[in-house]
Amino acid sequence: MATQPIDQHAAHLDASTRAAVYDGTKSSHEKRTKLLFDHYADPDRLRELAGEIKQHVIENLDTYLPAVEAKLKQNGVQVHWASTAESACEAVLRILRARGATKVVKSKTMVSEEIELSEFLEKNGVESVETDLGEFIVQIDHDHPSHIVKPIIHKNRRQIAQSFEDHGLGAYDDEPEVITRRARHYLRHKYLAADAAVTGANFLVAESGRMVLVTNEGNSRFCLAATRCHIALIGIEKILPRDTDLALLLNLLGRSGTAQQLTVYTEFIQGPRLAAQPDGPDEMHVVFVDNRRTDVLATECRDILRCIRCGACLNVCPVYRQAGGHAYRSVYPGPVGAVLSPLLMGKRFPEKADLPKASSLCGACNEVCPVNIPIPDLLLRLRDKAKQEHVPSPGTPPMAVWALLASQPTAWKAALAGGRLINFLPTKLIPVPALRAWEQSRTLPQWRGGEFRKWLKQRPNKTES
Amino acid sequence: MLNTERKPITGKRVQLMATCLCDAFYDDVAVATVEVLEHVGCTVAFPMGQTCCGQPAFNGGDWPASRKVVRHTVQTFAGDDPVIVPSGSCAAMLFHGAVLEFEKEADLPAVESLGRRAWELGDFLVNGLGVRTWPGRYPASVALHRSCHTRGTASSPAAALLLQSIEGLRLAEFGEGEQCCGFGGTFSVSFPHISAAMGDLKLEHMRAAKPDVVVSGDMSCLMHLGGLAEKEGSPIRTLHLAQVLRDALLNAGLLARSKSA
Repeated sequence: MATQPIDQHAAHLDASTRAAVYDGTKSSHEKRTKLLFDHYADPDRLRELAGEIKQHVIENLDTYLPAVEAKLKQNGVQVHWASTAESACEAVLRILRARGATKVVKSKTMVSEEIELSEFLEKNGVESVETDLGEFIVQIDHDHPSHIVKPIIHKNRRQIAQSFEDHGLGAYDDEPEVITRRARHYLRHKYLAADAAVTGANFLVAESGRMVLVTNEGNSRFCLAATRCHIALIGIEKILPRDTDLALLLNLLGRSGTAQQLTVYTEFIQGPRLAAQPDGPDEMHVVFVDNRRTDVLATECRDILRCIRCGACLNVCPVYRQAGGHAYRSVYPGPVGAVLSPLLMGKRFPEKADLPKASSLCGACNEVCPVNIPIPDLLLRLRDKAKQEHVPSPGTPPMAVWALLASQPTAWKAALAGGRLINFLPTKLIPVPALRAWEQSRTLPQWRGGEFRKWLKQRPNKTES
Repeated sequence: MLNTERKPITGKRVQLMATCLCDAFYDDVAVATVEVLEHVGCTVAFPMGQTCCGQPAFNGGDWPASRKVVRHTVQTFAGDDPVIVPSGSCAAMLFHGAVLEFEKEADLPAVESLGRRAWELGDFLVNGLGVRTWPGRYPASVALHRSCHTRGTASSPAAALLLQSIEGLRLAEFGEGEQCCGFGGTFSVSFPHISAAMGDLKLEHMRAAKPDVVVSGDMSCLMHLGGLAEKEGSPIRTLHLAQVLRDALLNAGLLARSKSA
C-alpha cells in the first residue's frame, strides 16, 4: 500500500539526524514542562488566557491594525503594507535603494524565510547576512531551517565544523566554543560594514507602538547598534493590545520555546533613535506582511494565527521527532506548520495537503501550546478540506464501504460474521489493503466478530437489548 | 476545547456502546465492561443496532461518511440514559469529534445531546457514580498507558485512582508517558514507519519498568502495541481496564466466572 510523503521521508532519515532531532526536542520539552510547572500553580490557565488575548486580536485586526499604524507613525516609524511575499520583498528593496544601501545584516525572522527575502535581495545585488548563529550556518550551507527556534537542530557539531572549514572560516575544529568564536569574529565585521538591519518582531503593542525582539545571542542588538536603518518585517497577526500583555506573553514565550524564564536579550523598541541617544538607526520602517494571512482569517482555521512561533509543539510532537523538520517541505514544520503551511499555499493547497495527515492526533501539541491553539481540530478540518477538494491521499483507506456497513445493522452483523475469514487467510490474500498494511509491522488479533453478542444472548435475561 | 459538560447521573440504567473493536476482536473486554457495570449496580442495555462511533472516517478526513455513521449511532442510542464506552477514544468521538463535524448541520443538537450522555468507562465509574476504591485483589505490577484521547479529560486520573486502590496492584511508572503509542487510526497504515517507530519507543519505555501487564482504557492502543511486540517476537501481556477491574473481583471471589460464549 502507498504511504504518505512524510512517512517516506522519516523512513530514509539517517540515524544521526534522527538522534539529533530526537534528543534536542525531548530535552527542550522536558525542561519547558518542568519550568512552567515549577514556576506557576496553573500554567494551563495562563495558556488559555494568552490564547484568549491573541484570539481577540486576530478577530479585531480591523481596528488594531489602523490603531497600531497611527501609533507607529506618531513614534516616527514609516509604515508599509505588503499583501504578498513579492510586494514585501519589493518594499524592503525600495527602502534600501532609496538609501543606496547594498549590505544588510539580518536578525532571525521567520517571516523573511516565508517571503524568501535573502534570495530576493541577493538577486538584486544586496548582500544579506544572517546573524543568528543557527541561521548563519543554514545560510553558508545553502540549507533550510528545520525548526522554528533551533534552525540547525538536524545538524551536529562535526557537520558544522566541516562547513566552517569549507567556507574558509578556519581549519576543522568541532569545539562549540571555537565555532562560536569564529562566527562571532566573521559577523562583527559584517555588522560594521552593513547599511541596514532587517529584523522581525515577536510582538507589537497596539497601545504604544512598541515592538519586542527576543534573542539569546544579542545579534539583533548588534544589528541595531551598527546600522542607521532598521526594517522590521512583521506578520499582521503579531499585535498585542496592551504593554501589560507582554508580561504574560514574554513569560510564556521564553519558557515554552527554550525553557528560559526570559530570553537573554529582550529589546523594546518604540521608534528610531532620539536626539539624546548616541547610537541606533535614525530611520525605522515597519513592513506589515499579509501573505495570505487575511485568507486564513476567513477560514475556520483562523486560530492558527495566534501562534507566537515558540516551537513547543515541534518539540513534543512524536511525528516531528521521527521525521525532522525538512520532511514538511515548508518554512514552518511540525504541528503548527502542518496547519499553517497548507493554508499559506492559497490555491496551491493540494501541494501541501498531505501535511495535516502527518499526525496521530495525539493532542500533545495542543497541551503545550502557549496560546492554546486546538491544533488537532485544525488538522482534522484540513483533512476534511482536502477530501472535499478531491486531493489524493496515499495510504488513507477509502471509507465509503465502511460507512455503508456501519450505518446498516444487518450488513454490520453479516460483516462481523464474515470477517472471521481473515483468521484463515495468509496476509497477502486478505482482501482489505489496510489490514495487509497493518500486518507488515504488527500481528492481527484473532477475529471474534459477533462473540460478544452471542454471550449476551445466552445470558439469563440480564442484559436488555 | 472538549465538550465535557455532562448530564448528571440520576439512575443506574445505562446503555453500553461496546465499540467496533470489541465487537470484532475483543469480546472479553465488552463482557468485562458489562460485569463491572453490573457489579456497581447498573442495569446495562445493549442496543443491538450499534456499529461504530464514526471515528475512522472522521480522522481519515471523510466527514460526510463519518456523519452518516454518527447519525446512525445517534438514532441507535436514543433515550436519556448515559452511554458507557470502554474506550476513551470512541467516547471523545461522541463528545468532541462528532460535535466538531456537525457544527454546520441541522441535527447538531441531537449529536450534542448524545455527547453529553457519553462517558468513558473509568470516568463514569469515578466521576459519574462516585466510586473511589475498587474491591478485590490483583497482585501485579501494571503499566498504565494513558491513551491520547483521554488527555486533558478526567479519564486518566480516574483509571489510575481505581487501579491503585486494588489490593496487590502496583502502578509501574515509565518514561515519556505523555507520548503517543503511534496508533492514530488510519495513521497506523498510512504512516506505517513512523507509527511503528513510535510504538517501539513506547514499548522500550514500558519494558524498562518491567510490568506484568500493560493496561489501557483503549483497545486500539493495545492492539497496536501488542501487535508490534508479538511481530517482533517478544510479546507483552495487555489488558483493558475493565478486564483488570473484573479480574480483581474474580480473584477475590466477589464475582462468579461467566460462561463464555
